Amino acid sequence: MADAAIEVPRRNLFAILEIDTRLLGMIGAFAVLCFGFDLITDGRFLTPRNIFNLTIQTVSVAIMATGMVFIIVTRHIDLSVGSLLATCSAVMAMVQTVVTPEWLGLGLNHPLTAPIAILVGLATGTLIGAFHGWLVGYLTIPAFIVTLGGLLVWRNVGWNLTDGQTIGPLDSNFLVFGGTNGTLGADWSWIVGIIGAVAAVALIWTARRAKAGHGFAVKPIWAEILLSAITAGAILGFIAILNAYEIPQRRLARMFEARGEVMPEGFTAAYGLPISVLILVLVAIVMTIIARRTRLGRYIFATGGNPDAAELSGINTRMLTVKVFAIMGALCALSAVVASARLTNHTNDIGTLDELRVIAAAVIGGTALSGGLGTIHGAILGALIMQSLQSGMAMVGVDAPQQNIVVGFVLVLAVLIDILYRRRTGALT
Amino acid sequence: MTPLVEMRDIHLSFGGVKAVDGVSLDLYPGEVVGLLGHNGAGKSTLIKILSGAYSRDSGEILIDGKPATIDNPRDARRYNIETIYQTLALADNLDAASNLFLGRELTNWLGFVDEAKMEAETRTIMGRLNPNFKKFSAPVKALSGGQRQSVAIARAVYFNARILIMDEPTAALGVQETKMVAELIEELKRQGLGIFLISHDVHDVMDLCDRITVMKNGQLVGTETVGEITEDEILGMIILGKRPERAA
Repeated sequence: MADAAIEVPRRNLFAILEIDTRLLGMIGAFAVLCFGFDLITDGRFLTPRNIFNLTIQTVSVAIMATGMVFIIVTRHIDLSVGSLLATCSAVMAMVQTVVTPEWLGLGLNHPLTAPIAILVGLATGTLIGAFHGWLVGYLTIPAFIVTLGGLLVWRNVGWNLTDGQTIGPLDSNFLVFGGTNGTLGADWSWIVGIIGAVAAVALIWTARRAKAGHGFAVKPIWAEILLSAITAGAILGFIAILNAYEIPQRRLARMFEARGEVMPEGFTAAYGLPISVLILVLVAIVMTIIARRTRLGRYIFATGGNPDAAELSGINTRMLTVKVFAIMGALCALSAVVASARLTNHTNDIGTLDELRVIAAAVIGGTALSGGLGTIHGAILGALIMQSLQSGMAMVGVDAPQQNIVVGFVLVLAVLIDILYRRRTGALT
Repeated sequence: MTPLVEMRDIHLSFGGVKAVDGVSLDLYPGEVVGLLGHNGAGKSTLIKILSGAYSRDSGEILIDGKPATIDNPRDARRYNIETIYQTLALADNLDAASNLFLGRELTNWLGFVDEAKMEAETRTIMGRLNPNFKKFSAPVKALSGGQRQSVAIARAVYFNARILIMDEPTAALGVQETKMVAELIEELKRQGLGIFLISHDVHDVMDLCDRITVMKNGQLVGTETVGEITEDEILGMIILGKRPERAA
């Protein structure tokens, strides 16, 4: 009985909608950034094509940034994610080019190759992550040191696994996870988008029913409707933009040729939702559920807020550290799948400096280095802002060294604004 | 009657310092035992051994007359030992319900944390303990000392503690809130809980406790029954570290 619920008067629109003003500020900054670049580049920045590219470029860092949120929330840091990504990528590259075709005798492009490679990669990442967590949690070595060591070790373990060679081309089924080579096409993108929109709206209303069922205050009906409309609109709008990016004619012709067919005259097809972006969305959903709705998530935030209180409440904070680092490791492996598939081969410098991008994304996204505070969606938005800044500058013609100077400034500035914002609103620091 | 808790000849050293040096102590159901002593007398350390925050070097702990293994806070919880710490053991960034259920979250049939139910339960119990409490969705950082203390007490009460340890429970509280805590202790006593009350306010302890144990420099000075001893005599025990010499 939603109507029986108590509706309390609130001050302003954002308070009524229960939207975090900080998140709103980030979305605002992101919008300003996008429209600014669009203006400077005469409308080349906000084209379906560029938005498509931007999203697939962001995926790898964004996936890892969600894991970094947990690491930083528990007052740790992980400097090894870029190197761990390289090791996982090297392991998977060797599995699909040497182990399955030669040792297992499956030959090239066997349907089992990609699943085997990915499973081995995920296991590798999880184990290495858990090992880091064990060193930090049980042997009480500071995470900064453990992962600084890991930064050097795993980068070069990866190098040794491949003898420093670039490994490729990778398995054809594996490449599906890279972005351009694996998209859902227009129809399936709409189906996924509609399912997503319906699920999001359903979630908003079930949450309201649960609150009302216990007699708690809920938002006014119009606020819920507005929020539902915005959410559904955003999801479907995003799908519409991706579907507006059509596969180039020459590429289409090649795809038909590969299947031994001739392309019909006037045929067009859209890329639609890249599978890598779908993976990011799923990771975001799972990580958000872990953060908010599981005991593990509760313990992560409680430990970050007050490690002593968590320990005294009977939480096994050491094991928790192992789990948090293991999750980070698994996500590094997943990012390795996306990153190496996007490049279509494994190179030694894959993921170089990713640790800094990932930490920056999490921090710009509102994760406090003092622990206990941070959101998954914030980190993803942080990754998107960083990537937009970088590719926007590249589009404008800013040289790489200058780009890095700007990115560095933005990181420091973002944290300063965050500190000022929290001081002014009296929010937690 | 079997004591609820019996601690026998407990020793614990930090480096060369004997924080707890051969202390024995007991607690019966429905009884409040006050632990008194200067700062650094070893009261908090002794009690942290019972609550599992520290592991003892030697000595025995018996619960209901049976030897108990308490090596960490999780063990202590299994024996229904709840502690309200001086430095309130709350996670500042979480709300009251999350803190109340920390480590023992309510879950739904899918195994997910049931936030709405936890908040409803918190509202019920807080309505009983501290009806003025309204800030259910704010992080506990935004609460006053008394409100935070009531969250900590609610946690102990909600989970049916049998043995309650209160470390300076009224240190951060105003007059009204102190009175509330005193009434709560009376109520819990009637329900048959055993309570250890650590304090350095002699006055407080005389009002609330049945027996008083005094410690000094990690050692037990003595345990006396309230009513058979004066405030001055207890002060003497705390300061001099000697039991009062009785005439006859």
